[in-house]
Amino acid sequence: MPANPNILEMRSISKEFPGVKALDDVSIEVEAGEIHAIVGENGAGKSTLMKVLSGVYPFGSYQGDIVYQGEVVRFRDIRQSEAAGIAIIHQELALIPELSITENIFLGSELNRAGVINWRDAKTQAAELLHRVGLRDDPDTQIKHIGVGKQQLVEIAKALHKSVKLLILDEPTAALNESDSQHLLDLIVGLKGKGVSSIIISHKLNEIEQIADSITILRDGKTVETLDVQKHVVDEDRIIRGMVGRSLQSRFPDRTPHIGEVFFEVKNWTVRHPQVPDRLVCKDESFSVRKGEIVGLAGLMGAGRTELAMSIFGRSYGHFVSGTIVKDGKEIELKSVADAIAHGIAYVSEDRKVLGLNLLDDVKASTVAAKLEKISRGGVVNSFKERIAAEGFRKSLRIKTPSVDEGVNKLSGGNQQKVVLSKWMFTDPDLLILDEPTRGIDVGAKFEIYGIIQQLAAEGKGVIVISSELPELLGISDRIYTIFEGQITADLPVAEADPETLMRHMTSTQKKVTQR
Amino acid sequence: MSDTKSTTEKAPTPGFHFRDLTKMFGGSQSSGRQFGILGALVVIIVFFQIMTGGKTLDPSNMINIVNGNSYVLVLAIGMVMVIIAGHIDLSVGSVAAFVGIIVAESMDKWGWPIPAAMVLGLVVGALVGTWQGFWVAYVGVPAFIVTLAGMLFFRGANQFVGDSTSVAVPREFTFIGGGYLPEIGPVTGYNNLTLLLGLAIAAAIVWQEWRLRRTQTRMNADKAPLWVSGIKVGLLLAVVVGATLLFASGRVGTSYPIAGIILAVLVLGYSFVTNNTIIGRHIYAVGGNWRAAELSGVKIQRVNFFVMWNMSVIASLAGMMWIARSHASGPGDGVGWELDAIAAVFIGGAAVAGGIGTIVGSIVGGLVIAVLNNGLQLLGTGQDLVQMIKGLVLLAAVGIDVYSKRQGRPSILARFGRRGESGGTGAPGPSGENTAQANTPAADK
Repeated sequence: MPANPNILEMRSISKEFPGVKALDDVSIEVEAGEIHAIVGENGAGKSTLMKVLSGVYPFGSYQGDIVYQGEVVRFRDIRQSEAAGIAIIHQELALIPELSITENIFLGSELNRAGVINWRDAKTQAAELLHRVGLRDDPDTQIKHIGVGKQQLVEIAKALHKSVKLLILDEPTAALNESDSQHLLDLIVGLKGKGVSSIIISHKLNEIEQIADSITILRDGKTVETLDVQKHVVDEDRIIRGMVGRSLQSRFPDRTPHIGEVFFEVKNWTVRHPQVPDRLVCKDESFSVRKGEIVGLAGLMGAGRTELAMSIFGRSYGHFVSGTIVKDGKEIELKSVADAIAHGIAYVSEDRKVLGLNLLDDVKASTVAAKLEKISRGGVVNSFKERIAAEGFRKSLRIKTPSVDEGVNKLSGGNQQKVVLSKWMFTDPDLLILDEPTRGIDVGAKFEIYGIIQQLAAEGKGVIVISSELPELLGISDRIYTIFEGQITADLPVAEADPETLMRHMTSTQKKVTQR
Repeated sequence: MSDTKSTTEKAPTPGFHFRDLTKMFGGSQSSGRQFGILGALVVIIVFFQIMTGGKTLDPSNMINIVNGNSYVLVLAIGMVMVIIAGHIDLSVGSVAAFVGIIVAESMDKWGWPIPAAMVLGLVVGALVGTWQGFWVAYVGVPAFIVTLAGMLFFRGANQFVGDSTSVAVPREFTFIGGGYLPEIGPVTGYNNLTLLLGLAIAAAIVWQEWRLRRTQTRMNADKAPLWVSGIKVGLLLAVVVGATLLFASGRVGTSYPIAGIILAVLVLGYSFVTNNTIIGRHIYAVGGNWRAAELSGVKIQRVNFFVMWNMSVIASLAGMMWIARSHASGPGDGVGWELDAIAAVFIGGAAVAGGIGTIVGSIVGGLVIAVLNNGLQLLGTGQDLVQMIKGLVLLAAVGIDVYSKRQGRPSILARFGRRGESGGTGAPGPSGENTAQANTPAADK
């Protein structure tokens, strides 16, 4: 290797998806033997960049050069990048629960002779690898019997088996508790001493501060800056400024809020994880919504925003532990989605294709799907009223479709989202919970969606907007709650909120502030 | 994204447009929709009509086809609903046989009157359906397993109840499986009731079209030109008149069979249920995306229970029709029916993954198999070859459909009925987006 100290250079990487420029001239340099952190808001392009690097997006589907160990590389798939010593460990672990630790470590690269696996050697090697990552479990243990923290370690052991030189970790500690996280971070630092460089993507800035040698900040698919921890004074505030530092242009329609009295309250809401009984996804959360108010819910991925919303919406997520819901002064119990709809609550889900729409349906059937009773008599749907309702929303929300008979899978993202909105507006809700209402749609459609949200508030409805985009929340909300690890950490009127403050509350519980 | 593209609505210009023809069978959005498998049926009929020298469209042969297949077609009605909801039912043949033996015994050994025996049959079917529906919907055992167990259990139960022997049914009971409309009124050379039936259907077609046009006018919807409606009604009337004369002109004492009338009533009834009722919408919703359905307030357990329960009730009806036709209930009744019904449903355009399928499509799919079977037999083809050909037809029908979908063209089979993936002619629109969207950085975690 020449005198180039960099194990990896990604030069001017650009990657486009139809209608969206995901990466725009992004460059990063990773020195051999360093821990390089990549930070940015959700959607800033971090994962896309790593997918380009690991060959998930093959050579030719992006512009720019990847220089790895001094040579330009052109990975056509993930196998080639693995062969070169690049291992990526995803947020969602790629382990097979029913197989043992040994079987998972050697999956795809089994120790074999003529197709017959040598289990004895495999087990010996697995035990060594486990020792290196500090895991003392029996290599015969099934993956499903060990916790998420240990599973992460198995993933790393698997990477070590492939003699990894560059380890990429995508949100490695998102699902881990404190001690597991610390163990993992120590391991990454330990590996650095043994010549394994790491790229770590994380929302947890305190962890990054702790272990990173340099930090690259991405925003909107562009490199903002790279901070060298030795040279710069880097603290969380400095990173946050880089992550969110953009101006709030007039991307939001004008509006004068008319806010009434509190009509919806959630008190001491506590919910268990559906699969992990000792994990609480909502910890004693309380909040309220006023009539005509747009309330923002800010939190990073995994903070428990969606979990909170869905558990309120007829207990459609997790196991209800305790808490009360008060609407219009009366305590109500919402045991099913049908109850929630009947009580005038609507939830527009985060993922419209998976949770929001039946993509086989047409526009009109989708519009009325959540309240068929409204246009039915004796269980028979009146298709005349269905069409009228759908046509009404098509006009008022300006849904661009040749006709309401068109399949929703033919519509663009923004128009699909409008169909989902009309589906829930059709249920005549008093409270709408909108989970990432503008995800994956273009700027023009976003503006229109904001207009619809404001219109709903103007009609006296309460609206809760969950969003990963802080500028969006600041632009649309009257008041913002922040959530961190299943707890509400702040309640800020929008006038007192700015991206830095929000991000601080979204990344720690320490400075718990209660405004009122 | 490409919002603008999808909005370029062509302003309709008055006058004659050939593409208006595509509006003939509903749906302004697709060309040639509905023609896929129906066209195949017509081609098969014409082919055998020529090859057999006119024996296929002979009245007694047509009556034979209806009588000999109506029980499988009845099963297909229930089966398509099960498959739309995303399940499968392998037990229908055994359940039909089990109900058949009980009904036969109740009349033969216990001396029950026919109506009581028929009610008993339906009740037994409902109990069986409750049993299977409970396991599928409330315990969550996959329907494949529950009904595989049911297939074994009820086959054994049939042989247990009937001592593995055949039990004859009274002559009067055979009416529902092999009976005909009686000869009444003046001697016209035709069966008068069949003529009346045909007349009623013809009137219904005209009225339906008139009502459709009136509704479209009221809603200012995109309406097909009058001449298109005219051709459509004309074509349908020609088919109805032809069929009526065919069925009415058979041997004296025969007519359109009772079993066929039961089938027709069920097709109409269940088409209404699937298209126009809340429960029908919910079945499609659960099959299309159960998570979205659940978050829309659909009680998915109830829907799953209903389709499984309903299938067993329909199977009990098919079982009774069969013993009426064969004059006895035996231990080998209903073997392989589930597979015939499933084949009909898939040839008729249903999707293996659920969410897509129609009653009418499944009936046409069943008729394709029936006519094929019949035609090959008329040609003297051995049962071995017939089986092989049927297998290949099923594979070809679904294979072509899957291939065509993968190429991004609209599904040929799913063109059937309003529930198909409403697709244009594969014109580039905001389509490609569907796959691309999943990869956009918005999904970045």
